[in-house]
Amino acid sequence: MEDRLIVRKIKDGTVIDHIPAGRALDVLKILGISGKEGMTVALVMNVESRKLGRKDIVKIENRFLKPEEVDKIALIAPTATINIVRDYEVVEKRRVVVPDEIVGILKCVNPLCISNSPREPVVPRIAVVSRQPLKLRCTYCDEEFGEEALSQLVSQ
Amino acid sequence: MFKGRDVLSILDFTREELEELFSETDRMLSDPARYRGELSGYILATAFFEPSTRTRLSFQTAMLRLGGSYIDLGELERSSVAKGENFADTIRMLDSYADVIVVRHRLEGAARYAAEIAEAPVVNAGDGRKHHPTQAMLDLYTVRSAKGRIDGLTYGVLGDLRFGRAAASFILALSVYRPRKVYLISPQLLRARQEVLEALERAGVSYEEVSDLDSVLPELDVLYVTRIQKERFPDPAEYEKVRGSYVVTARALATAKEDLIVMHPLPRVDEIAPDVDSTKRAYYFKQAELGVWVRMALLRLILKG
Repeated sequence: MEDRLIVRKIKDGTVIDHIPAGRALDVLKILGISGKEGMTVALVMNVESRKLGRKDIVKIENRFLKPEEVDKIALIAPTATINIVRDYEVVEKRRVVVPDEIVGILKCVNPLCISNSPREPVVPRIAVVSRQPLKLRCTYCDEEFGEEALSQLVSQ
Repeated sequence: MFKGRDVLSILDFTREELEELFSETDRMLSDPARYRGELSGYILATAFFEPSTRTRLSFQTAMLRLGGSYIDLGELERSSVAKGENFADTIRMLDSYADVIVVRHRLEGAARYAAEIAEAPVVNAGDGRKHHPTQAMLDLYTVRSAKGRIDGLTYGVLGDLRFGRAAASFILALSVYRPRKVYLISPQLLRARQEVLEALERAGVSYEEVSDLDSVLPELDVLYVTRIQKERFPDPAEYEKVRGSYVVTARALATAKEDLIVMHPLPRVDEIAPDVDSTKRAYYFKQAELGVWVRMALLRLILKG
């Protein structure tokens, strides 16, 4: 693979491959990785990909993902694959899956939605109406919205 | 079909279910004495977090006519809400007191949230700009009562189609039927929201957005007029641009079909002139009256099946 020519293998950790070109920094933001944590992080952007034309790759040493982090990545990088590496070998390879319902991760974009009321113990629930293009609908207020809502994920 | 059911959006109901509701309303209207005492022992709670007269009184009247009772949250300034209680706790409390809860709230999705919290069925009596399903039910019933059918007619929905939940719910309700055509008549600023237009498209209903009533008036069988919702405008200057955009007068209706009916969810401000009231076209007070009967039928179906 082309990236191996650019970045060496990691011993243990996670390789997030097939990220749509230009989204790698957003993936790092979602994972809360600023570079100051001390772990080794490799970032490859806009490399050639047979599947995607161009893609980004993120390699993170000694870091494994929580399920909610995988769900967030699925939203902004639905083509991503996640490889778990142990002792230089890929021991698990999974594609991310955009869930049918997103619970507690994204807020409804409608400021008048009850789920945005700070005084209510309500967990936002967003249904995925279509995956391509991404179309979401708030389960509470029925407001429909698209990718624009995803900027929340990377600004949190 | 109806027993224990929440009533949150008109789109939650099929045509067959609406027909069942209307048949039940017909039965009540034809023999009211038979239904007296029907809901004796049942309690309805009205929890209105936004000003309302008609809808609240309509539900309360419906319950009383069937022999049931109601409790009312009352003025917010005098309730536990003023002490800082959140909506979820208020609903939990009402759930332990009442058999059915009618909710109105300025926040959208409030009724669905209440339905998640409460075991008792929740009826949405209006949430923000979005839904007012029982208004849509009584609107359809009014058309059916006046015209003998809902299908095949040409409708004009006039006024605030963007912020007005009664208008939005009525348009959504028409998507359950087969109107000949629906004209959406409003200033550019108050055009119907995308999700409402998509519902018409999904249902294959022919519709057209226009700004001018006069050009389409001769085609209409039903003219549904709505108030411009001052309270929902984020910017008062925007409201000033569109207030008084339409005033329907008896004279303006001269070019309309002989049997055109004029409807309005009420309250009206100045969009229908008082001189229309005495014409046979005026259907808005009849609409409010029928609303009590439709709500009686709905409450009976929800509570007793």
